[in-house]
Parts: sequence; structure tokens; C-alpha cells
Amino acid sequence: MSTLESTAPSRATNRNQRLWMYATMVQSRHFEALVKVAYLEGKQPLFNMAKGPIPGEMHLSDGQEPCAVGVCAHLRPGDAVTATHRPHHIAIAKGVDLKAMAAEIFGKKAGLSGGRGGHMHLFDPAVNFACSGIVAQGLGPAVGSALAAKLRDASDIAVAFLGEGAANQGAFHEALNLAAVWQAPVVFVIEDNAYGISVAKRDCTAVESNAIRAAGYGMPGVHVPGNDADRILAAAGEAVARARAGGGPTLIEIETTRLEGHFMGDAEGYRPAGEVEALKARDPIPAYRARLLAEGFEAEALDRAAGAAIAEVDAAFVFARRADYPAPEEVFEHVFAGEGASQ
Amino acid sequence: MTTATTTTRRLTIAKAMSEALAQEMARDPSVLVMGEDIGKLGGVFGATQGLLDRFGPERVRDTPISETAFMGAAVGLAASGMRPVAELMFVDFFGVCMDAIYNLAAKQNYFSGGKVSCPMVIMTSVGGGYGDGGQHSQCLYATFAHLPGLKVVIPSNARDAKGLMLSAIRDDNPVVFMFHKALQGMGWLGTVQRSITDVPEADYTTPIGVAAVVREGTDVTLVGLGLTVHLALDAAAALAKTGVSAEVVDLRTVSPLDRATIRASAAKTGRLVVIDDDYMSFGVSAEVIATVCEHGGARLRSPPMRIAYPDIPVPFTPVMEHFVLPNAEKVVAAVQAMLEAAP
Repeated sequence: MSTLESTAPSRATNRNQRLWMYATMVQSRHFEALVKVAYLEGKQPLFNMAKGPIPGEMHLSDGQEPCAVGVCAHLRPGDAVTATHRPHHIAIAKGVDLKAMAAEIFGKKAGLSGGRGGHMHLFDPAVNFACSGIVAQGLGPAVGSALAAKLRDASDIAVAFLGEGAANQGAFHEALNLAAVWQAPVVFVIEDNAYGISVAKRDCTAVESNAIRAAGYGMPGVHVPGNDADRILAAAGEAVARARAGGGPTLIEIETTRLEGHFMGDAEGYRPAGEVEALKARDPIPAYRARLLAEGFEAEALDRAAGAAIAEVDAAFVFARRADYPAPEEVFEHVFAGEGASQ
Repeated sequence: MTTATTTTRRLTIAKAMSEALAQEMARDPSVLVMGEDIGKLGGVFGATQGLLDRFGPERVRDTPISETAFMGAAVGLAASGMRPVAELMFVDFFGVCMDAIYNLAAKQNYFSGGKVSCPMVIMTSVGGGYGDGGQHSQCLYATFAHLPGLKVVIPSNARDAKGLMLSAIRDDNPVVFMFHKALQGMGWLGTVQRSITDVPEADYTTPIGVAAVVREGTDVTLVGLGLTVHLALDAAAALAKTGVSAEVVDLRTVSPLDRATIRASAAKTGRLVVIDDDYMSFGVSAEVIATVCEHGGARLRSPPMRIAYPDIPVPFTPVMEHFVLPNAEKVVAAVQAMLEAAP
């Protein structure tokens, strides 16, 4: 099979879908904005990762929203998604409960996992979403979820999101081969934000586009340039339809942008001067809004949808901040299934 | 140990490691350093600062996120006359590449009947306490120490870090060099100030397999490693105010364990408390206690005690994590309970 350059027109026809994509991108960006505010509380003037209401590493998704909405627009709650250490935009687009997700990030009892997981370990079985903290970790599980759906004769599929750095992991190559051998209904979505922490893609990847690697595993590989939600929507639509119809796996690589550091506090000295400013000038959300307006969407409709999305995030953060912490003793619960305290 | 009498400066562990690497690279052309973000960035935890500028990209290699490949490559380099130093950012990430470490590096010398040694150093960060969740907070000392053929070291201070690094590179065996994030001297993680010490500029080695009595005492022996040495020292200072004299042993090397120093101290004080931030069961603390108790060893006046991280994954939320992490207060309470039960 050949590598396809996605040339789908940027005139998707489904008005509601595109309105949802816009509002969801706005929602994700607003979620990250509130995370940023909370994360920096207690960390100024001296930045110490252990301090404040949200400690630990924080990997923000600003700039990568088109990948999440373009793919998840095609997904149903029964479809499984595995995401990365940079998961918020995907979780939001997959429909993860915003209040419980925010509460988890604040380490509260009402969080998705009662505070045990944190921002890199969000699990919401209601919408079949999970993410994890080690590169390429979610690919094998996505193949497994996809096989389970196939064995159940369900039309559910699985999507594994990964970064471009993960395409150099053994797990990537093994999972693609396995998915193809099993004809598992899975879509592998590479969010190519050009950097694995400090190391540029061009300095560590033997090919320019990972999409061509699909050829080695007998599956279609699609390259989507431009960080464009509509083109991603089109490419993902074909891949998801193929998977649901029993046509097996697809690899999609999306050129996207990381507008923030690898994590908050990253000095980003490895970026060329002016790069971040240039990327921010191409921010995909205002660009998408401009396109929708140019195509006849009314500003009022866009504002109404975005406003509602933002209000949900605001409510989620009010909820998360007010929520109680778990009792420390709860730390011993859930080490094994079917048990409470394990000590 | 060669003791240098030249100039000393106060350095962090990160700077001391970087200096040791630079000095050895200058002295020995077979030494090269590789890993993720170790070049331009100088290591996420600052252990390779300045090396790329000084030695260039042939000897200081930013790798793809391909641990299976670069750990395997390190074994091959070591078998081919080089002395590779490979960093894998977090000890939690070793699942990806463990085969090259425990089945190749650790066994090469043995399987070859001593004909092919494996002089490589694996550097990695350990430890939690800053809310980074359960895939970025483990210690896993015992996991590595359990495997024959690997040496495992962990410094508690910058002076030992430099000396242990020089010993590790010169050792003809694979050495896992663990460094604790709470001691590393990276501002964004906070640092136990006592880990920042005078470090000689000159070349010197700290022997592998030799523990240090870092505080002398007569009533109880506190054994620690890495961060827990500092918890023990804090506890010893608090206990001194109540008239209890605690001796503190810094293991410095986990494998091979300096059993003689442990036994001598336990024999002297008659009481033993081991402090370990790794999972408790089957761990370093059990090995230390067995060392003292087996073979009709020292007669203790009280049953020995372990203060270790319990057998649960590391939770994100600080209210849970700090509840279960070892701390000085827990050590003091354990010693006081021990003395009350058997004065």
C-alpha cells in the first residue's frame, strides 16, 4: 500500500461537526489556561515542581487541539482511545468528564481515580479513555482493545495517539505489525509536534514522514500537514470508516505544533529564536474560526458554542478546587481488584 | 580511595556528575555519553552539562526515544572496547529496555567465561515526593540489585557522586548509577541542601562496594541510601536532643553491599533501623536486616525495623504520597518505640 498525502478538501460539510470541533478546541485551550494558572500557584517566585495545588510535571497540549477534535469527531463512547503524557486535549475531545478530570489533576477524592493517577494517568471507562506516562506505551493496549471489539463482533474501534518521538520506539513497530497481522480495527495517530522534549524530529528520525513507515506493515499511511482540523477530520474519517468496516489498521501522521514547553517550567533553550512566536502566529484555533466565518458561520453561533464550552470548564475548575482531598489512608485501596485496603 | 588535596568547590550532585564525566572523557577517549536529551539540554536532571560543547556530537549523542536500541548498542560498544555511559531519564522507563540490561549487560562477562566484559554505566534518576505520579516516582534499587552481574550505586552527596561516577566508568562491569531527584540540585525540584558539598577539582574515586559511617553513635544504627541518608541524619539530630545517640550508615553502593560495615555498626549499637524509599517487600531493607541477622550475626537488643515505602504504586496526590513516604519523623518515632520496648 502506498503512502497517501491527505488532499481532502478543507470544506467539510457537516456543520454541527465543525462547530463542535471549534468549540471543543476552545474548551481544551481554556482548560489548559486554567491549569496553567493553578499550576503556577505556589511556584512563584521560585519554581519548585513539588509546590502548589498541582505538583509534578505538567504537559500542556496548546496547539495540538486539531489532532484531538479531528479524530475524536468520528468516535463513539465505545471506541477506545489511548493517549500520551500530554493528554488533556484528547481526553476532552473524547468526552471525559471535565469535573472529574479537573479534580484528578488537583489530586482530589472526586477525581477520576481519587487522586491516585494525576494528569498523566487519566482513566475514564465511561468513554473508554486512558493515557499513560511512558512513550509508546498506549499502542499495544489499543491493539488489544481493537481485537476485543473484533472478537465481540462490535463495530467499535480503537485509536492510539502518540507523539512523533514514539515512532522510534520498538513498541511502535511491534504494535503496527501486530495490528496488521490481526487486521485489528485500530487507528494510530501520530501528533508530530516536531520535538521529543528537546530533541528535534529531524535529529532523531530516519525518515521525514513517519507515514511512510506504514508501508513496512502493510497498512495505509497518511500524512496530514498544516495542523488543520478539517484535513485531520477527513483523513481520520477514512481511517475510522476502514477500521469499522473490517479493513484493518491505518497510520496517520499529523503535523502539529507544541506552543508550550515539554512541561511547564521548560526553558526551551533548544528552540531556535523566534520559533515559538512564529508558531503562535499560526495558532490553529483563531485560524479555524476565521475559516468558519469566511465560510458563512455566524460569529454569534461560534461565540455561543465557545461560550458554553468555556463555562463548562469554569464550572469544572470551581468544582475541582472546592472538592475535598482524599483521606491519606485511602492510598492503600485498589492495589488489587476487588479489594479495599491492602495493607 | 585517593584523596585529593587540591581546590574544592561546593557543587550539586548534577554538577559533580557532569564534572566527573567531562574529566573522564578528557582522560579516556573510549568514554562516550548517550541518551535522551543529554546533549543540547545537558540532561533533564543536569548530569551531562557542558559535555556536548566540549566533546562534540560524536561522543555526546542525543538518542531517539529508542531505549531498547541504545541500551543494546551500549552493550555492543562495551564489548567492542568502548566505555559507554547511557542515561535513561527515569528509572521508571527501564521496562522498555530491560532485556539488554539484565540478560545481556549483566551476563556478558559470565557467559563469555570472562572473555567479553561489559564496562558500561547506566545513569538514571529515582525517587518521588514531588507529585509526579506512579510512572515517574519509583526507586527500584532492589530490582536492579537483585540481578547478578550488575553493580548499583547511589550517592547521597556531590563528593560521593563524582567519586562514584569515576569509579563506575573505570569499572569493567555494568554499573547502574542512580541519582535521587530530591538531591540533584536542580532548582525546579528543590534540593536537600546537605547534598551540596565540597568537591575536589582533582581526579579521585569513591570505591564501589564500600559504605560510609556518616555519623557516629552508640544507641542505634540507622541505615539509608541516597535521600534516606538525609532522613536518617535529620532523625539522628532530633534524637540527639532527647539523649539518643544514633549512628548513620550511608550504603553508597547497593550491590555489592558492604555487609561488613553494616554488621560492625549493628554490633556496636545493638539496634537497627533501615530507611528505604523503594517498595518495602523483597527490598534493600530486608537485605540489610538479613545481613545482620543471618549466620549468627550481631545480637540485637531489639527486633530490627524497616521504614520503607509500602507495597503500593506511587499515588499522584500529595496527601497520599507524603503519608506513605519515609520521613525523619517516622524514623524518630520508630527509634523511640524501639527504645521504650527494650531500653
